[in-house]
Amino acid sequence: MTATATTPTIHGWLARSVSDIAVITRRNLLFTVRLPQVLVLSSVMPVIFILMFTYVFGGAIQNALPPAAAGRYVNWLLPGLLAQFALFGGATTASGLAEDLAKGAIDRFRSLPMAGAAVLAGRTLSDLVRLALTLTLMLAVGYGIGFRPQTGLPGLLGAAAVGLLFGYAWSWVMALLGLLVRTAEAVQAATYLVVFPLAFTSSVFVPTQTMPAWLQPFATNQPVTVATNALRGLVLGPGALPPGRTVASQVVLALLWAVAITAVFVPLAVRAYRRTVR
Amino acid sequence: MDSAIIEAEDLVKVFGGKVPVRALDGLDLTVERGGVYALLGPNGAGKTTLIRVLATLLEPDRGRVHVAGIDVRRHPAEVRARIGLAGQYAAVDDHLTGRENVEMVGRLYGLPRRQARRRAIEVLERIGLTQVADRQVRTYSGGMRRRLDLAASLVGRPQVLFLDEPTAGLDPASRRELWALVGDLVEGGTTVLLTTQYLEEADQLADRIAVIHNGQDRGPGATWLGHPGGGAAPAARRRRHPRGRGLAQADPGRRVPRPDRTARHHAQRQRPQHP
Repeated sequence: MTATATTPTIHGWLARSVSDIAVITRRNLLFTVRLPQVLVLSSVMPVIFILMFTYVFGGAIQNALPPAAAGRYVNWLLPGLLAQFALFGGATTASGLAEDLAKGAIDRFRSLPMAGAAVLAGRTLSDLVRLALTLTLMLAVGYGIGFRPQTGLPGLLGAAAVGLLFGYAWSWVMALLGLLVRTAEAVQAATYLVVFPLAFTSSVFVPTQTMPAWLQPFATNQPVTVATNALRGLVLGPGALPPGRTVASQVVLALLWAVAITAVFVPLAVRAYRRTVR
Repeated sequence: MDSAIIEAEDLVKVFGGKVPVRALDGLDLTVERGGVYALLGPNGAGKTTLIRVLATLLEPDRGRVHVAGIDVRRHPAEVRARIGLAGQYAAVDDHLTGRENVEMVGRLYGLPRRQARRRAIEVLERIGLTQVADRQVRTYSGGMRRRLDLAASLVGRPQVLFLDEPTAGLDPASRRELWALVGDLVEGGTTVLLTTQYLEEADQLADRIAVIHNGQDRGPGATWLGHPGGGAAPAARRRRHPRGRGLAQADPGRRVPRPDRTARHHAQRQRPQHP
């Protein structure tokens, strides 16, 4: 018995690709379950953030809240944190790839007759699953401390969908980062250098109207703000948005950003992957 | 009929950067089917680069390469179905068990789940890791990790097995264990091409040794140096590896030369021998 030779049919190729992607996705998800540090990052950190921001900053920011938040900071905060953890989730994408490169796992995969796309596709897909689990956990904890979506279930599901799409697009950016930076420690640093400024100059924690005038043009229009506004609008209604913006426009814009980021960064990541030869 | 399982001609690979490095500089190589071949050379000689080119991980800048009769540059996927690779670092996943690692490789070879499971059991038994198969690899010793890596490289029943510095970093006992394993592998017709910087390792494992230095080939023909009485390898083990046709038969009185920078031995193309 020799190993399966390449099947000439499109159907065969597709079936093999799907199988390979599934194998890699499962492998990556097992990292999350079996390695304590990844589990902590995905679960404990989001919970700490929700609790810390609600109880430490909630009182002070109360006065800046729009009425759509129904007087609760957690209502205003949670959609923002969903966006932020979609960003942070990418840290594992980057470091996972960098580690795979360093340890020779990528070499092993490259020497196998498997679909080349499966490594990156499996990595981003496993991170999407992880993000979905993180979001579920955050919603559960948020609900426990008073989060109530003002627009009911459809709004909540819409927000989850937008959040996941945005997170998926972002994971390709982080995949590229991991492939370019390559060493695990440098990747951590690079991730925070990229994620923190984006998160803090967005509407995740505070309304962008409260930021200094020189920062506002960037802050109001950057993709994290748009995504956060879309999530908030979907969950709390139009009153939660800065004046002059509608929920529909922010949602469409957020989706456009997701598509654009994916369209730009998937080819870049694939090219970087092909070039990772030592 | 050409029975060479590896044929490389005029291989050139230059790595860019501030100071470009000519890792392979017009190298020729021919390996016949069956047996263990060792590429011996110091660090930086180009051994790893050569293995990576042969295993489809790296595209050469120039040159023809055929492995198992297939053009490596045109049909890399088909080459991959016929080779196994155990690189310098044991590329196994710490968080998976030994069995899960090997099963995963089986699935990536295209084996359905049940076959991958059966193949994993076979291979783990052959390598002697059945007892620890269900422990996570992070609990394994260095020698066990290497053996698992070797097991993973065997899953696809490769025609050619590439071993890049298979015992680097191992203690003497683990090293000897691995040598014994490699010796067994050649039964069944697998050709093994390994690289090493240790003459003793080449001596122990290989039927044929070629010295590679500076990735260069300056001569007209290659000589795979035969394995005369030198080394501690018992004669009985060597008899299990029949020598292929047309290989250079070394004079039993001549010793295998050591890598000698002043003498500049190079891996060169095989010249056909007349019986």
